[in-house]
Amino acid sequence: MFKNVNAVELTIFVLLFVVVSAMGFFAARWRRADDLEHLDEWGLGGRNFGAWITWFLLGGDLYTAYTFVAVPALVFGAGAIGFFAVPYTIVVYPIVFLVLIRLWSVSHIHGFVTPADFVRARHGSSTLALLVAITGIVATMPYIALQLVGIEAVLKAMGVTGHVPIIVAFAILAAYTYSSGLRAPALIAFVKDALIYIVIIVAVIVIPYKLGGWDEIFGAAEKKFAASPNPGDGVVLAGPAQLQYATLAFGSALALFLYPHSITAVLASRDRNVIKRNMAALPAYSFILGLLALLGYMAIAAGVTPITNDAGKPDANTIVPLLFDNMFPSWFAGVAFAAIGIGALVPAAIMSIAAANLWTRNIYVEYINKDATPKQEARSSKLASLVVKVGALVAIIALDPQFSIDLQLIGGIIILQTLPAVALGLYTRWFHRWGLIAGWIAGMAVGFWTTFQIQQKVFNADGSITIAKEHFGGSGFPLSELGLDTTWSIYAGFLALLANLVVAVVATFVFRAIKVPEGVDATHPDEYFADQNDPRLKDLPEVVH
Amino acid sequence: MTTHQPDRPEERRNGVPGSTARAERSDHHPINWLLLLPLVITLFPPVYNSIDPTLLDVPFFYWYQMAAILVSVVITLVVYRKTRA
Repeated sequence: MFKNVNAVELTIFVLLFVVVSAMGFFAARWRRADDLEHLDEWGLGGRNFGAWITWFLLGGDLYTAYTFVAVPALVFGAGAIGFFAVPYTIVVYPIVFLVLIRLWSVSHIHGFVTPADFVRARHGSSTLALLVAITGIVATMPYIALQLVGIEAVLKAMGVTGHVPIIVAFAILAAYTYSSGLRAPALIAFVKDALIYIVIIVAVIVIPYKLGGWDEIFGAAEKKFAASPNPGDGVVLAGPAQLQYATLAFGSALALFLYPHSITAVLASRDRNVIKRNMAALPAYSFILGLLALLGYMAIAAGVTPITNDAGKPDANTIVPLLFDNMFPSWFAGVAFAAIGIGALVPAAIMSIAAANLWTRNIYVEYINKDATPKQEARSSKLASLVVKVGALVAIIALDPQFSIDLQLIGGIIILQTLPAVALGLYTRWFHRWGLIAGWIAGMAVGFWTTFQIQQKVFNADGSITIAKEHFGGSGFPLSELGLDTTWSIYAGFLALLANLVVAVVATFVFRAIKVPEGVDATHPDEYFADQNDPRLKDLPEVVH
Repeated sequence: MTTHQPDRPEERRNGVPGSTARAERSDHHPINWLLLLPLVITLFPPVYNSIDPTLLDVPFFYWYQMAAILVSVVITLVVYRKTRA
């Protein structure tokens, strides 16, 4: 388990990990509430986070450890297409700027904790709410599992193998999430983000200097892609990849704030201005992400070869840790590894809390214990957060990690199918509730079918093509599959969303024509603009339950 | 939730004692349209999908999109300032 371990790196890593764990337990006392035995406290940190805490929390939440290893790995392997993470995180904030404040307002008035709570009240449909909740849980689970892949990549680079370290790390994480709730990741996020900023800024100054400048770095990348037989890679986008690049960025942006963990962090903020300010300030992380993506090219220039995994395939996720290992003195590489490792803890904690809240609010209270007290709700969520983490651990240890990667790919596509009910629902009640359900089914079907069809191809030097993976080989769906005479691809989630919307519209007309009841809208147009000091917030703490 | 007054929200709001008296409570503001600009400049790859002109040896494709982040920040800040409650 500890062969060829770099002792300095490991010591620094463990030290920072211990500090952060202590903070996680201490967080229960931070901004102390009278009673943590309430979902608003455990699951939303008291709904009182200001601009700075929210910035760190959302940044720590959205820019995960997996992002930090997977984006450069994609750039390392395929070039420009991997840079989609930048336009993705540019367009997301202007898109959600106006949407999220509406969600915040109506949620504060009604005491909503999850997006499915909103859907239930808005569309008067517990079936639709259940679908949204299940979609959220299914999309989040593999995402948590992937955070483990991030930690594993770092451990591998330090020479630590085996599953014991990951089990220990997750057990500690589970323990302090259980006791401190959302306050734990909020506090740890400060350390995580500070470390990430330091590491990346040092990396983009030191590494290009050592490699002989950006000219060398991009030159090496160009040379690699020119020699590669794959027509899809390159330092700029191959022509047919442009539609995929744009739709992938746009579709991912639409999906990001539909994820339960993003909404949890947004609902935890104190008022509307906190959210608006954060939409302006969060792109600071996008800048870091852009620089990070370029580490993929630096790894090419530095001649990094990925570590081979248990299945005998090169694991591209190890390139960034290896690059740090090559380029930095051991102590700083240790800091960098800790940044990625701790970077996994923050989102994993928030995601498990968000999934647990969905379970409690939209399944447990809705179907199992209709008269649950706030205390029972909090207890249910705390237990569920443990179950979710154990599930993620088992998925990584017992199954091929590729399974989680595939699921996460689909996760982005399926969470997008809640857009009509949640995001459009914030603006209009025009859709019929059964129309939305029909649209969801259509979107899911198209999403699964398209990703199932996508093959992963390996282009051999002699011009032949090997199919490396028969199904779920990516998210770029070739339009030729639809009978179109083109080499262009499109993001599968985008296609699924279009199908969803078309069906939802048509079905709405149909259900209305045959006079199926519309359901009662428990919200009022006025409530979508309410702010913190609105008198109704205090009058109506528990309207929806 | 069925007993809502039929009057317009802003009139009612002003009448509530102890409310924050921020009268026009609605998200509508013409400056919001500015938020479309970051989408327009980033979602059409043909505009920036080239190596030249390079900036400090970095291909156009990369520095353009990094610069777009700054543009997006400025726009979002302007909208926030103009619409903050």
